[in-house]
Amino acid sequence: MHTALDSLNAAMSAHPLLVQALAAVAKTVFMMTVVMLIGGLILSWVERKQSAIMQDRIGANRAAILGVRAWGLFHNLADAAKGILKEDFIPPDANPFLHTLAPFLAVSTAVVAFAVLPFGGTVHLWGQSVDLTIAPLPIGILFVWAMMGMGVYGVVLAGYVSNNKFSLLGCLRATAQVISYEVATGLTVLGALLFYRSLDFRDMVAWQMGHNLGQVPFLGHLPDLGAVLAHIPAWGVFLQPLGFVLFFTATIVEMTRIPFDLPEGESEIIGYNIEYSGMKFMIFMMSEFVESLLFAWVIVLVFFGGWSLPGLHLGDGVAVLFGHALPYASGVALEAAAMALKIVFFLWFQMLVRWSLPRFRYDQIMHLGWKIMLPLALANLAVTGVLGVLAR
Amino acid sequence: MAFTVTVMGLLIFAAAVAANFAGMILTSTILGPKRRNSVKDQPFECGSLPVGPTHTRFHIRFYLTAILFLIFDIEVVFLYPFITILRPELGVTGLWIMGAFLAVLVFGLAYEWRRGGMEWD
Repeated sequence: MHTALDSLNAAMSAHPLLVQALAAVAKTVFMMTVVMLIGGLILSWVERKQSAIMQDRIGANRAAILGVRAWGLFHNLADAAKGILKEDFIPPDANPFLHTLAPFLAVSTAVVAFAVLPFGGTVHLWGQSVDLTIAPLPIGILFVWAMMGMGVYGVVLAGYVSNNKFSLLGCLRATAQVISYEVATGLTVLGALLFYRSLDFRDMVAWQMGHNLGQVPFLGHLPDLGAVLAHIPAWGVFLQPLGFVLFFTATIVEMTRIPFDLPEGESEIIGYNIEYSGMKFMIFMMSEFVESLLFAWVIVLVFFGGWSLPGLHLGDGVAVLFGHALPYASGVALEAAAMALKIVFFLWFQMLVRWSLPRFRYDQIMHLGWKIMLPLALANLAVTGVLGVLAR
Repeated sequence: MAFTVTVMGLLIFAAAVAANFAGMILTSTILGPKRRNSVKDQPFECGSLPVGPTHTRFHIRFYLTAILFLIFDIEVVFLYPFITILRPELGVTGLWIMGAFLAVLVFGLAYEWRRGGMEWD
């Protein structure tokens, strides 16, 4: 006698590609929900409330549903509705197609980069191992940089086709700034990659979980310190402290947020998105938040051990936390919580930087990028390379 | 199989992303009002009247920055596969190769710096 579940199991076991296709759809739904919820709704609320707390204000709290204000959480829903219902103004001299394509390119390239970011290890379904990554590409981090580079096209198009001098200035500034710091962004992670020996984020996390600082070349051979270091996980931030600081700075420039928001310095040139309104304008704002989530995620994976939690070891069906056995499911939940908390920390930290520092001048940004960050990144790479190879 | 699964995942995700944002833009284009007038059609320039053509000449430094970026970014991309095999496989030989490669990069940077290619005022 066959039940529906039995026939489902039989069908799934017979068609491995069907299992993978369904898993791909489920992963897509999950990732889109995370990105749209955090990047589209929650981060703009956090920005308002965190800036309000930092400046001793109350912040947005008027929008209410049936009298329930919920700390201003509904403001973002109101904003979304407003964005859809506002006039979508296209300047008469602008090319309507390119004008529409620009916000689409800016945001969708940033979101597609999430395809290579893992949100977990591997699960087994109907005899198939399913990676908890939408597209587990072996080139992982290069794909993120490629998508980030594509995002510049959106900004360039927006500034260039709007037929406005200020937006043209804004897009020139944005392009020069973003491409200048792409070099520094690319160079600063190289030191960590020397240890991981892979461009795939899953391998990076696995390496950081499987090693401690005592096993690292050079550091592990320091007299007396080796035994102490063996208790510290080999996260990228401990291997590459300078690399991490440079990378974090470069990512803030990449997402063009204060103190590096020259492309949209609102008191000077207003920005490349000056001729945009309604949903298109909101999409430009949203791409900024999506990028901050993207970079927080990349930082956690490359420099903070991904979902690893010191003291927690997940074996074959068992979880051990500081010598105490735990149910496997709670071990998995702890890892997920560790990953989420690390990402939330960096989102908070980015906001903290954004509301603490004043804007730099343009020449200062270019000076910092080419004359300070690039030489420092090169020196960091050279020192890491020599120590990593010679002190094995 | 693994490659098929990866490409399939990427295509499904990219299609979902494209449909989502195209839908958002399209909805606002359909639902939003369309009311034009001559003042709204002017380029927004903080209340002053627009003067001259929009696409005027801009400073050569932006062009120079773009060229600098091209050179350095391509060199950085070359370093990515190199760094992943440096430690176990290439060893000291790899250090010499990489050192020579980076020396060219650093020399170019120093030359550019001395000639004032990175001065912004």
